[in-house]
Amino acid sequence: MKKFKKGFAIFIFLLPGLFLFISILIAPIAVSVYRSLFDWNGFSEGTFIGFQNYVELFTNGSIKFMTALKNSLILAAFSVFVQLPLALLLALLLGRKVKGEKVFLSIYFMPVLISTVVIGQLWLKIYNPDYGLLNRFLDAIHLGKLKHVWVGDVKTALASIIVPTIWQYIGYHMLLMYAGVKGVSTDLREAAVLDGATKWQVDRYIVIPVIKPIIKVSVIFAVTGSLKTYDLVRILTEGGPFQSTEVPSTLLENMLFLRNRYGMGSTISVMLIILCFAFALLISAAFKEREY
Amino acid sequence: MESITEKGPKPVAKVFTYILLGIWALINLFPIYFMFTFSLKNNDEIFGENIIGLPRNWQWSNYAAAMKTGNMGLYFLNSVIVTVAAIFISTMAAMMATYAITRIKWKLSKLTNAFFMLGLTIPLQASIVPVYVVLSNIHGLNKYSTLIIPYAAFALSMAILISSGFMTDIPAALDEAAKIDGCGYFGTFFKIIMPLMKPAVSTVGIYSFLQCWNEFMFANVFISDSMHRTLPVGIKALSGQHTTDWGPIGAALVIATFPTLIVYLFLSRKIQASFIAGAVKG
Repeated sequence: MKKFKKGFAIFIFLLPGLFLFISILIAPIAVSVYRSLFDWNGFSEGTFIGFQNYVELFTNGSIKFMTALKNSLILAAFSVFVQLPLALLLALLLGRKVKGEKVFLSIYFMPVLISTVVIGQLWLKIYNPDYGLLNRFLDAIHLGKLKHVWVGDVKTALASIIVPTIWQYIGYHMLLMYAGVKGVSTDLREAAVLDGATKWQVDRYIVIPVIKPIIKVSVIFAVTGSLKTYDLVRILTEGGPFQSTEVPSTLLENMLFLRNRYGMGSTISVMLIILCFAFALLISAAFKEREY
Repeated sequence: MESITEKGPKPVAKVFTYILLGIWALINLFPIYFMFTFSLKNNDEIFGENIIGLPRNWQWSNYAAAMKTGNMGLYFLNSVIVTVAAIFISTMAAMMATYAITRIKWKLSKLTNAFFMLGLTIPLQASIVPVYVVLSNIHGLNKYSTLIIPYAAFALSMAILISSGFMTDIPAALDEAAKIDGCGYFGTFFKIIMPLMKPAVSTVGIYSFLQCWNEFMFANVFISDSMHRTLPVGIKALSGQHTTDWGPIGAALVIATFPTLIVYLFLSRKIQASFIAGAVKG
């Protein structure tokens, strides 16, 4: 009786969570995997075609999946090699007991709280070819030659997505790293300073090794976040010009609403899940490797 | 004495540090300043006379236009309804699940926890096709629940992660005392554990709030009628209508952003702590 009571309690306590989790996350993934093997318009039965969607995804150039993948990997590279180092630099500087440290911290974190749609709209006003701040600024400093139709030019469209993305989330990574930096014991720091270490040496040999687990989390978030990116592309370029700035998520949406190819849409979903998990595991493994 | 404890940094390096920090602060504040000021300007000022200065004639009519033609009042209300409901459902479900995982002893509790943690890596995109198809078959699109249920589900894993950290800190002796007093599992949960979980609830709530309030992809894909649009989708629609009139767009952006910024002004420590809690335990 007692055992039954316990089992019943566990069941009831887990029920709402499991229901949400399975019906919205787990079951749809199973359905996506299954449907990715079909030529399917979403409403009919569909035709089973094996792995043809996957083959087509990588070989049919008109689907633009390779472009989309390349774009999100470029974004990931900029996040890891530009955004994270900047975030780390800011976190280390703030960790040195500067005056107004909390104020700086709060300001740097502010863009993270703002909706990406709002950020995108603001940057559209910055990029606007006629009245935008960027082109006007270039005019004002007599560099009118450098003016562009920023989001409409194949050469600058991707960069005009990357810049605000990196800008917005530096504060996020900085906050995580700052929390780590503050966790380094002051005894350890002072001991190193007494031994004659400079501030940079303290950071390099004491602080950074201690916050390595946080850096790992940041790298995982930066890479998976880049693979999942959607909002700024929809707002700034709609994947254009000439589909040069498509990312997997915008292609996925196009498959549903423009092409009625739900099977292929499912295939893109599955690829995204695989890529997110694969990169998360790879990055974790890479960090583990370097500990020995 | 002083010379031993810490060699003061060279003044040049110190000045350089502050310049760097100051410039980055300006780069972060400027877009927000720009948003607030152009939301109160007319096109003449925005496009020529007064691009980045403070507004000369405060155009409150921009806000009236955003509310009237842009329907921002309705979208704001929709965002509040969807966000509050999603946070309530996911927080409640997470607390209950966390209780079963951390405070009742059973064989599969660790595995169940690991199962929920999969949700931290699963992208939103994973469920978009099946959920869209099912919803359109059962006429479930274009309702509040269309967004509430998926938002609650995607907020769940992080909510469980954060609350299990808090819940394992509650001493087990409390459960035993409650048991002796005749409390069952449900009584213990509602009377003993829940009241002690207030800090966890606020941490989880803050985290989920920002996730739901700012979510764009599901809202853009699942909602096509203007009655149920949330703020991010409403802003996109508004900017499509007012391509040449920037003032009302600026007003809409401010309407969507000021609640978050005002709360942040008072609770910045707490908000930062929620984000740290979410990442450091992951």
